[in-house]
Amino acid sequence: MKIDPATFWIVLPVLGLGTYLIRFSFLGMLGSRPLPGPLRRALRYTAVGILPGLVAPAVLWPPATGGAPDAARLAAACVTLAVGVATRSVIGAILAGGITLYTLLWLL
Amino acid sequence: MRPIRSPFLRGCLASSPFVIVVVPFAVLFGVVATEAGLDLFQVMLFSFSVFAGASQFAAVQLMQDQAPVLIVLATSLAVNLRMVMYSVAMAPHLGAAPLGTRALMAYFLVDQSFAASQAEFEARPDQPLRDKVAFFFGSVTPIAPLWFVATFAGAAMGRAIPPEFALDFAVPITFLAIVAPMLRSLPHVVAAGVSIVAALVLVGLPYGAGLLVAAALAMTAGALTEVALERRAAR
Repeated sequence: MKIDPATFWIVLPVLGLGTYLIRFSFLGMLGSRPLPGPLRRALRYTAVGILPGLVAPAVLWPPATGGAPDAARLAAACVTLAVGVATRSVIGAILAGGITLYTLLWLL
Repeated sequence: MRPIRSPFLRGCLASSPFVIVVVPFAVLFGVVATEAGLDLFQVMLFSFSVFAGASQFAAVQLMQDQAPVLIVLATSLAVNLRMVMYSVAMAPHLGAAPLGTRALMAYFLVDQSFAASQAEFEARPDQPLRDKVAFFFGSVTPIAPLWFVATFAGAAMGRAIPPEFALDFAVPITFLAIVAPMLRSLPHVVAAGVSIVAALVLVGLPYGAGLLVAAALAMTAGALTEVALERRAAR
């Protein structure tokens, strides 16, 4: 589905400004105080807490197949994760996942 | 080889390896955003004003799923919350710079400039402010122009890519590839696991609210695991 232009024109300035304020926050304030421990701890897990959950439904029930689980996409996701954990290389993981996806889509 | 004296050049050098990650990532964003129906101007404006790849992908994905504006914003901003930590970490080193300089540095505070500068300032904390500022700007010099040029290239070629290329799956693969190298400690693995399970269980919640709940649960689970491990180590 295509992005609704009205949504886009609201999201763009707010996300841009919000992201900037996040970056500016402590660097911008005079006299830096350390963050409270529990907050600092939780912030450490923002990326690993959001990104896997964001993609999990698309991995199991891809919109491209109308929501039916798809062996090629499932395998590509597993290979991406495994190669990423083993090599710690983002590009290596993307390449491995892409090759797996295309090979299986072509074979199956 | 003569050691490089200029802190600006040392900054450029320190973040140059990240180019290998930034370029394909930006091309992919250009392609995916164009496929999602944004025109060239909108894609470029998006990259300029947000300048944070993961949250841009997240926003495009959610807007494409027709999620409500508030959910799109809450989720994408949450992806960027990690940068509060970057801001905190840079403040003791760069906080004495003039306000205008700090305001400009804040715009360029991305994953790569943070990683390079943090490593440098930890290794050599005693250098003068001017050198630290120069290093910081150096570290973003190979990254920012390429991010914009590569986004443009991706957006320009986006419409030329046929559906057999399964681009629907480019975002999941990219995100999994970003997350996988972070799974090096138990709390990170726990957070990622909780995120996946909760997002799948709560997928039926209206307005994509399931992801926000899953993210909150995952972050809490990661933090609690960290506390538990520290307690055990202290005993």
